[in-house]
Amino acid sequence: MSLWEYANPKKFLATSERVLPAFWALSGLCLVVGLVWGFFFTPDDFRQGSTVKIIYLHVPSALMAINAWLMMLVASLIWLVRRHHVSALAARAAAPVGVAMTLIALVTGAIWGQPMWGTWWAWDPRLTSFLILFLFYLGYIALWAAIDNPDTAADLTSVLCLVGSVFALLSRYAVNFWNQGLHQGASLSLDKEKNVADVFYQPLLVCIAGFVLLFVALVLYRTGTEIRARRMRALIARERAGAA
Amino acid sequence: MIALLLRDLRLALRAGGGFGLGLAFFLIVTVMVPFSVGPQSALLSSIAPGVLWLGALLACLLSLDRLLALDWEDGSLDLLATAPLPLEGVVSVKALAHWITTGLPLVLAAPVLGVLLNLPAQGFLWIVVSLALGTPALSVIGTFGAALTVGLKRGGLLLSLLVMPLYVPTLIFGAEVARRGAQGMDAITPMLMLAGISAGAIALLPFASAAVLRVNLR
Amino acid sequence: MDLTVRDLAVARGGVPVLEGICFDLSPGQAVVLRGPNGAGKTTLLRTLAGLQPPLAGTIRGAEDRVAYAAHADGLKPTLSVVENLRFWARVFGHRDIAPALTAYALSDLAERPAGALSAGQKRRLGLARMLVTGRTIWAMDEPTVSLDRDATAQFADAVRGHLAGGGMAVMATHIDLGLDAQVLDVAGYKARIPAWDDTDEAFL
Repeated sequence: MSLWEYANPKKFLATSERVLPAFWALSGLCLVVGLVWGFFFTPDDFRQGSTVKIIYLHVPSALMAINAWLMMLVASLIWLVRRHHVSALAARAAAPVGVAMTLIALVTGAIWGQPMWGTWWAWDPRLTSFLILFLFYLGYIALWAAIDNPDTAADLTSVLCLVGSVFALLSRYAVNFWNQGLHQGASLSLDKEKNVADVFYQPLLVCIAGFVLLFVALVLYRTGTEIRARRMRALIARERAGAA
Repeated sequence: MIALLLRDLRLALRAGGGFGLGLAFFLIVTVMVPFSVGPQSALLSSIAPGVLWLGALLACLLSLDRLLALDWEDGSLDLLATAPLPLEGVVSVKALAHWITTGLPLVLAAPVLGVLLNLPAQGFLWIVVSLALGTPALSVIGTFGAALTVGLKRGGLLLSLLVMPLYVPTLIFGAEVARRGAQGMDAITPMLMLAGISAGAIALLPFASAAVLRVNLR
Repeated sequence: MDLTVRDLAVARGGVPVLEGICFDLSPGQAVVLRGPNGAGKTTLLRTLAGLQPPLAGTIRGAEDRVAYAAHADGLKPTLSVVENLRFWARVFGHRDIAPALTAYALSDLAERPAGALSAGQKRRLGLARMLVTGRTIWAMDEPTVSLDRDATAQFADAVRGHLAGGGMAVMATHIDLGLDAQVLDVAGYKARIPAWDDTDEAFL
C-alpha cells in the first residue's frame, strides 16, 4: 500500500470524503477554543492593550499563506514528475485558499497596525513581501483560469509556480535590502515569537492548529470539487465524441 | 540561430515592427511624470532614477506580447520547433532580439531623459550601467511570460500580471543602483546583486521558456 | 531508413481521436491520409512531426527527419519571397534556394514582399520551403489548398522529384495528384470510447 494510491481520483474521493468530517470538526473545535481562549481569557498586553489579540488571526493566516504556496510548489513538482492529475488539481484547489489567507493576514495586519504604528500601511519588508506573494497568487490563479485544456493549464501553472517560487524568494531578499537602504534601522519588525509570553503563546498554538486543519479540510474539499468538475468535462467530451 | 536573430532584427526594423515604439513610450512616460508630480527640480532629481527605471520596465513590458505571438499566429513557431534548432536556443535568440530592439535603445536614451528630470550629474553613469545590466533580465523574464501566454487570445493583460511580480527583484536592485549612484553613495553591492539576477535569469530561464513553449505547441 | 508507425494513438486537446494506426514507409513512397474533417489528420501529422507526443504506440525513423507544412505557411509579410525562403534555408543549414524558386515558378516574384502575394502564391512559397529544408520526410497538411491547376501540377512534380530522390511523404489531401501512393483512411482508426472502468486515472 503506497501513498501514490491516493493519486487515483476515485480512491482520493472515497478517502477524502471519509476523513473530511473529522477535519471540519477538529478545525472548528480548535478555532473556537483557540479564539475564545485568546480573546477572552488572556490578559491585555501592557503596551498594546487589547489590540494585541488580533494576533490570533494574524499570525496563523500569515503562516498558512506561505505554507499554501509551499504546498502548491510540492504538488506542482509531483505533477511535473509523476503526472498525477489529483496533484495538479490539489495545487489549483489550494491557490484560492492561499490568496484568502494572504488577504486575511494583510487586512488584520493593517487593522493592527493602525493603532500601533498610526498607519494602515508601511513599506516594511514583511508587509511588502506579503503584497508580492499576493500578486504571485493572482497571476497563478489567472493563468489557470485563462487556459482551456486542463493538462496544458496544469503544466504551465506548475512551471510558473516553480519559477515564481524562485523569484518570490529573490524578492524577499531584495525587499529586505531595499528597505534598509531607505530608512536605516527604523524597522517595524514584527518578530513576535521572541517577545510573546506563554499566556499568549498557548492559545496561539491552538489557533495555528485550527488554521492548519481548516486549510487541509478546505483543500481536500476543493480538490474533490475540481475532480468532479474535471470528470464532468470528460463526460461531456465523451458524449460529443460519441455523437460525432 | 544567427539567421533567426537577423530575421527578427530585420522584421523589427521594417514597417511597423515596433522598433521605436518602446522608445517612444519611454519618452512619453518620462515626460508625463513632471505633469503629475509638479515641476520642482529638487523633487524631480530625487525621483529621477526610479522614474527612469519604471519607464524602462513598462516600455519592455509593452513590447512583450508581440515577442512570440506573431510567430505563433503565422505558424512560424510550429516550423521553428520542427527545425534543427533547439527550442531553448530559439527562445534565447528571441530574447536577445527583444533586448537589442527594445532594451538597448532604452539604455542609450535614459541619460537624455535624465536631463529632463534633473538627474544629478554623478547619476548619469549609474543609470546607464544599471539599465545595461538589468534590461537583459527584463527581456529574458519577459520571454518566459510570453511563452506562457502565447496560445491565449487576449494574453496581453495576463502577460503583464504574470511578468510584473517576476520583475520585482530586478526593479528593486536596478533602481537601487541608480538611486545610490545619483546620491553619490556606494552602489557596488546592489550592482552585483543585479548582475547576479541577470546572469542567473539568462542561464536558467530559457529552459523554462522552452518547456512551456513545447507544452503550448502541443 | 524506413518510417515505421506502430499502434499509434493520438489525442487532441486531451481527448483521444485516433488509435491503432500502423503503416510503413520506405524511401520513395508516399502515404495519403484521408478522412472527414475533424477526424484527426492534422493531429496525426503534428505527432509525426514531433510537435506533440503520441498517446500510445511508436514512431520510428522520424526523429529530426520530418519537414512539416501546416495550414499556416509561416511567412513574414514584410520580408520578400527570397528573404523568407533564404531564412528557412539557413535555419535548416545553407542550401541553394534557386531550385525551389524555379520548381514553383516564383522567380518572377522573388523581390515581392510576402504580404503582397495572393493566397495561392503564398501557398506556393510555403511549399517551396519544403524543398530548402533538405529533410527526407515531408509531412503536409492539405498542401493543395488555394492552388490553381498549374500550381497543383508543380506541386505533384515536386513531390514526385522528392520521392525519386529517395524521399518520403505523408500528406492529408483529397485531391488525386496522380501519385503512386498508399491511401490511409483515418476514419477506420477512430479512437473507441473507453469503458467506464478505466476512467479513474486519466478521467477519460
